[in-house]
Amino acid sequence: MLELKELCFKKDNKMILNHINLTLEDNKFYCITGPNGSGKSTLAKIIMGLNKPTSGHILYNGKDITNLSIDKRANLGIGFAFQTPVTFKGLTIYDILKIATKKELTKKEACAILSKVGLCAKEYIDRELNKSLSGGELKRIEIATIIAKNPHISIFDEPEAGIDLWSFKYLTDIFKEFNVEKKGITIVISHQERIFLLADEIILLENGTIKEKGTKESLKKYLNTTCPKGGKNESNR
Amino acid sequence: MNQTDKNLLNEISPTLNEAEVYNIRKNGESIARQVNSYVSIIPKEDKSGLDIYVKENTLFGIIHIPVIITKSGLKETVYNDFHIGKNANVIILAGCGIHSDEDKMTAHDGIHRFFLEENAKVKYVEKHFGNGKGKKRNLNPTTEIIMKKSSTMNMDSTQIKGVDNTIRITNATLEENATLEISEKILTSGNEQAKTEFNVTLNGENASVHVTSRSVAENNSFQEFKSSIIGNTKCYAHVECDAIIKDNGMVKAIPEIYAKNIDANLIHEAAIGKIAGDELNKLMSLGLNESEAEEVIIKGFLK
Repeated sequence: MLELKELCFKKDNKMILNHINLTLEDNKFYCITGPNGSGKSTLAKIIMGLNKPTSGHILYNGKDITNLSIDKRANLGIGFAFQTPVTFKGLTIYDILKIATKKELTKKEACAILSKVGLCAKEYIDRELNKSLSGGELKRIEIATIIAKNPHISIFDEPEAGIDLWSFKYLTDIFKEFNVEKKGITIVISHQERIFLLADEIILLENGTIKEKGTKESLKKYLNTTCPKGGKNESNR
Repeated sequence: MNQTDKNLLNEISPTLNEAEVYNIRKNGESIARQVNSYVSIIPKEDKSGLDIYVKENTLFGIIHIPVIITKSGLKETVYNDFHIGKNANVIILAGCGIHSDEDKMTAHDGIHRFFLEENAKVKYVEKHFGNGKGKKRNLNPTTEIIMKKSSTMNMDSTQIKGVDNTIRITNATLEENATLEISEKILTSGNEQAKTEFNVTLNGENASVHVTSRSVAENNSFQEFKSSIIGNTKCYAHVECDAIIKDNGMVKAIPEIYAKNIDANLIHEAAIGKIAGDELNKLMSLGLNESEAEEVIIKGFLK
């Protein structure tokens, strides 16, 4: 269980997160949504330790992890898929998957992980994780690192950002499978209704506060009328 | 050879095999040599060094030319000339390992010249390594490359710590359709200094050169990367200098590209900076602590 208590984050005198109180339970898929600038990504980064809260506490299974470093949180069982996947000069996809699993990983096992995200493993396994890969490929590999790490809390920061529609369809399928297989807590920051539909609960953020938290049915009035990105939602097209 | 010799040899020429062609030089003298019907090695008469002749049409030849120095205070200049016959295809593994336990200046200046005949192919791997308690190990390799029509050379040089002072100079001239690829990896530590200089002249139509330099300067070390490419005709050049700086490390990159023909296409890219924060964050989010993450990034970068 993950508990956020009175969490605040201030930057340049602006309150990005304003007294967030939230409890996330095991074996549930959460989707955090809201307009641009509502604090979604900041909240996700604070859980991973990439940002430090100005005040408040984060409790993981009752233990206060507010002041723990990124790696200590990772080793406790928190994983984070970056919105913009990080590239490395010289590290291969196999290297990064080995680091993620923290154990001897055979090429066959690594290939099985890549196949889960729809990549033809043989073509990719020894490729360098650099900018020669497309946005969609990098996104899938980023998700593959989370599958390889198999954390108790998996956080995905806007997995749909920067990928084409075809890849997005595939991405939704990956999350569908992830939802069935995965134990623990899954948190996806997203603007996409197809992702909302997979969630057990949706958390709607606005101006750094939680406007609503509930099932997709209970939040229907928000999700169907206002697209957080400004346009109409897919269901209205 | 004692254990120190074997260890040095293993660092610079790990794949050395009794069945292959080699010349092992230790403390200023050749101590072992083997040739075959395709490759001959002849000691120079007027100065220290070798003439290595590879016959025309030689396929998949492997030649090891390692140098080991265990005598503190030894200073030498060695001239090796590689004459690669038409259509020959060879791998040349050279390098210098210095082990010095005393604080006397120990230095090896290797001057290697490559003469590639038409359509010859060479992969040249050079490794530099220094260890021991003593200080003041200097290595100054100079490489001259003369490439005839349609010849290809791939040069790979590595120097990871242990050498106090290096000035590395590579000069090359390319005729038509010749291709030169150079990859250089350097890590300097402590107060080490390394300077590298590439001077390439593209004389023949469709000649191309690709230089990739990846370097890490840590502690108080200093590196200078200088490249000067001249395009005299329709040709292509790409120079890429990437450096990571740590602590008080300093890196200076001096690019010079000179197009003397309307169809010359010359590119130079240089990037110097500390390890990117997002790279550290990603690896830390996979469970590595900060210093483990740094090590993985640097190891990968110099791989």
